[in-house]
Amino acid sequence: MAVARTRSVALVGVTGRTVEVEADVGNGLAGIHLIGLPDTALSEARDRVRSAVVNSNYPWPDARIIVSLFPASLPKRGSQFDLAIAMSVMAAAGVVPTARIAETFFLGELGLDGRIRPVRGVLPAILGAAQHGDVTVVVPAANSAEAVLVPDVKVVPMAHLRQLVEWLRRGDEPPELPIEELDEPPEPTTEPVADLADVVGQPVARRALEVCAAGGHNLWMLGPPGCGKTLLAERLPTLLPDLELDHALEVTAIHSVAGILPPSAPLMSRPPFVSPHHTASVASIIGGGSTIVRPGAVSLAHRGVLFMDEAPEFPRHVLDALRQPLESGRVTVSRSIGSVTFPARFMLVLAANPCPCAQAEDPGETCKCSPTIKRRYLGRLSGPLLDRVDMKVTVARSSRRELMADRQFVETSKTVAERVHAARERATKRLAGTPWRTNAEIPSSLLHADYRPSPAAMKPMTSCLDSGTLTARGLDRVVRVSWTLADLADKPTPGEAETTAALSFWLGVRS
Amino acid sequence: MAAKKDIELGRHGEQIAEAYLQAEGMRIIERNWRCRHGEIDIIAEEGPTLVVVEVKTRSGRSHGTALESVRPAKLARLRMLAAKWLATQPQTFETVRVDVIALERFAGDFALRHVRGAI
Repeated sequence: MAVARTRSVALVGVTGRTVEVEADVGNGLAGIHLIGLPDTALSEARDRVRSAVVNSNYPWPDARIIVSLFPASLPKRGSQFDLAIAMSVMAAAGVVPTARIAETFFLGELGLDGRIRPVRGVLPAILGAAQHGDVTVVVPAANSAEAVLVPDVKVVPMAHLRQLVEWLRRGDEPPELPIEELDEPPEPTTEPVADLADVVGQPVARRALEVCAAGGHNLWMLGPPGCGKTLLAERLPTLLPDLELDHALEVTAIHSVAGILPPSAPLMSRPPFVSPHHTASVASIIGGGSTIVRPGAVSLAHRGVLFMDEAPEFPRHVLDALRQPLESGRVTVSRSIGSVTFPARFMLVLAANPCPCAQAEDPGETCKCSPTIKRRYLGRLSGPLLDRVDMKVTVARSSRRELMADRQFVETSKTVAERVHAARERATKRLAGTPWRTNAEIPSSLLHADYRPSPAAMKPMTSCLDSGTLTARGLDRVVRVSWTLADLADKPTPGEAETTAALSFWLGVRS
Repeated sequence: MAAKKDIELGRHGEQIAEAYLQAEGMRIIERNWRCRHGEIDIIAEEGPTLVVVEVKTRSGRSHGTALESVRPAKLARLRMLAAKWLATQPQTFETVRVDVIALERFAGDFALRHVRGAI
């Protein structure tokens, strides 16, 4: 009898790996056998594919069918192989020409009536297929807007099995892309409704936020409730520039795998802002799952902001799990089915109250917490975690007069975003030819070789190093922030003013 | 319970299958052998091999094909029945094989498919 072969893509984390799908229609008792480590959803493909083919009025071979997915050792899950399985069986049975499907990639889930339904992770799958050069990929019509984001790949959107088979039989050009025109959302997808000008009375914190946005640094805000920590953090995305195309594709791929890509905006061009609740588990923050490893909040915040409000309320092990991704920019999740690495380069913003009763220590207010309780509360933010936070600011409750006075100094997000943009451009120009774009990404070795401030500027740090208030990692972070301050001030290198300011931001909170 | 005409269809199919197997050079030993565990449609011998044959007849394809209606569980039962039958016999065979003959009626005529060695 006959063997036919086609291709599809399996997702391992956010990377696509080519899977060959072979079908053998041969002698034996009628039935379909699926081999190559399928999971439950994939095993059920047998019934879906059969019904879809029969209900589209194509013959189903009354013979022993073996469908094998290569590489056999790679566990495959999900329903996106339905279309490739259907095509290989139909080609082996002589319904569609074998030569037409051998080099084509097929992605899609089949409905029982033959409809081709959308699947998650189309973008990373096509990025994986694109490694083979000039390829043709058949995708569900509902995923087409996401699929065409990848350059140099011929995307053929299909809505129904009949439509696909007719196209393969005729052998002509694919039907015109029936991509539903997007309702023009190239405007920033998260139109800044929040504005930095809303936050009055916190000039230092606003400045810290600007530095954060310009250099991609981490920030910790400590202060009593109601002084605007959450408001400030939520306004950080409005200061960040749009993502460049390669970063936007990375972010979109992660959200596609997580299945939370908004259908109206297939390309995430704005940096994401992720704010998990403090009851979050380690798996939801870092990524996890026993059968399918899903990206966690740190990966969803990739190239964006991870905001942890009420940080001391998070379980300590959740906070400490952030240490590795904060340092390396990626996170490796290991499960019995294998380990998966997700990108996780995010800006961490922590907000904390000074004590559990959350009453300010201002005169006239009553904090009932003893010093031990206070120390224990903030002690939940471990030293190694805070060592990785470049900037720490204490925000205090402002008096009425301060609020009134600050009103004339507030700037809109647009004004600040322009300064941030200019500073980022200077950093990008300086880092041209390297894989890094912001000061926060510069590795430590390079920081001390090429980007070491003058000895005079380093002087305040050396005394702190000597006294032990500054660790070696802390020094790196202070130097990075001082470069950002220099970029904001349009200086070629950080001087003593910048390093001192950076150092004070680093030391910021000392209780 | 199966309607009368279904039983007749099955009988008719078994007769066709028997004639076919004889034409193929097999010697029919027994038909419709029963015990308390079930029934073997045809027991035949082909050289040194004992062949246990399941005959499945369908009047059309509206309820699926005849061949796919034979499931692995059915084949396992036939294998067990073959052992029961052999236990009642003095003679021995080198090998035992389970075959399936699928018959489907098209326009008054029957299409026959023979799967040798289904397990």
